[in-house]
Amino acid sequence: MNAIEIRKISKAYPHFTIDEVSLDVKQGYITGLIGPNGAGKSTLIKLMLGMIYPDSGTVKVLGRDMPQQEVDIKQRVGIVSDEGGYYDHLTIHDTKKLIAPFYEKWNDAKFNRYLEHFELSPRKKINALSKGMKIKFSLAIALSHEAELLIMDEPTSGLDPVFRRELLDLLADMMLEEKNSIIFSTHITTDLDRIADYIAFLNRGKLIFNEAKDDVLNRYAIVKGGPELLDADIRKEFVGIRETSIGFEGLVDNKFTAKQLFGSYVVMDKPSLEDIMYFTVKGGRIHA
Amino acid sequence: MNIIISNSSGEPIYIQILNQIRKSILSGELREGDSLPSIRQLAKDLQVSIITTKRAYEELEKEQLIDTVIGKGCFVSGANQDFIREQRMKRLEKKLQEIIQDSKELNMSQQELLEYITLLFEEDQTP
Repeated sequence: MNAIEIRKISKAYPHFTIDEVSLDVKQGYITGLIGPNGAGKSTLIKLMLGMIYPDSGTVKVLGRDMPQQEVDIKQRVGIVSDEGGYYDHLTIHDTKKLIAPFYEKWNDAKFNRYLEHFELSPRKKINALSKGMKIKFSLAIALSHEAELLIMDEPTSGLDPVFRRELLDLLADMMLEEKNSIIFSTHITTDLDRIADYIAFLNRGKLIFNEAKDDVLNRYAIVKGGPELLDADIRKEFVGIRETSIGFEGLVDNKFTAKQLFGSYVVMDKPSLEDIMYFTVKGGRIHA
Repeated sequence: MNIIISNSSGEPIYIQILNQIRKSILSGELREGDSLPSIRQLAKDLQVSIITTKRAYEELEKEQLIDTVIGKGCFVSGANQDFIREQRMKRLEKKLQEIIQDSKELNMSQQELLEYITLLFEEDQTP
C-alpha cells in the first residue's frame, strides 16, 4: 500500500521544471525527501497537497485523487511547515478556534498538551512566532486531529538540536501505528540518517532514486586513491569525483563493480547521505 | 535484555541488533515464550528506521529463534531448542577449556581437578 502515489507529474516554471516525476510513498514508513536547495522538494510537496496543480500527471493521497478529493484527504493529513498559511494577526488560540471545526477528529485536550509541551502560549500572535515556533505550532495542529499521513516541508531547518531530537521521538511515536506514514523534505540529511526508512532523492526537478535507506547506503561507496589511478575511462565509473594533487575522492553507485575494478589499490569508505547528495549534485570532476 | 547500538562500528545496525538478541536467547537470558519489543517499538527506542529492526527480526525468524504472532507481538520461539542447547553446550565447553588451562597453570592433576569439581557439585546439591 502506498500513502502517496505520484505518476509522471510535470510542472514547468520559467526557470525550473518538475520533469515526469513518479514517486511512491510507502504506507507505514518514514520517507525522507532529500535534495539541494532548488531541487524541487517544496514544489513536489505543494503538488501533493493540492496547493499547486500539475501540468500533467496524477497525484493520489491515501487512495484518493488530488486535487478532486482534497477536502476528504486533508481530514487525514497533517501538514508541517513554517509557512502555514495562517492569519498573521490572529493568536494561536484564535487560529485553533478557526481550524478545529474543520476536523472531524479534533482532540482539544491533546492540542493543549502539545502547546504546553512545546512551550507555546495560546495568547501569542502568529506573526510573533519564530520559524521554529511556527513548525511546532503546525506540528501541534497536525498531531491533534489524528492524521494518518504527515507531510512536512523542511521541518528541522528552524529547530535547535534539542528539539530536533525531540521531533524524532514524536515521529517515532506516530509510527508505532502501522497505518501511519510520514514524508519529510530536508537538506540537512543527518536528521534522516537515523530514522528514515526510505530516501527519495530529487535533483534539478528529477527523481534520482527512491529506495530503502539501508540499500542506498549499501550500494554506494566512497573511493579514495592516488591520482595515478585515474584516466578518462576510470573517471566515467564515478558519479562524482574530487581531485587534488595528492589524490582523489569519488562516489561510485555500485560498490561491488568498483571493488573488482580497483581491488586493493584504493580505500573504500561507507558514504553518508550527504556524500551521496554532494557528489551527485556536483557530478563530473570537482577541482579543489 | 539490553541492546546497544554503536554508530562507529563497521557492522550494519540490523546486524548489531540481530547479534545482541541472538546472544540473549542463546545465553538463556531470554527464554521460550518471553516477549520481545515490537518492531516499531524497538525502532522508536533505538531511534533507528523500522526497516532496520524489521530486517533483524526477519533474520531471527529465519533462524527459528523468534515467532511473530500477528496482533500479539514477538516471542522467543521454542522451535529451535536443539540449536539453542547446542550453542549453550559450546559455550560450556569453552568455559571448561579455560578451567582446564587454569588448573594446569596451578599444577593441578586431572584427578585433583575432577575431585574439586565433584566436591563443589555436592556442595551445590546439599540444601
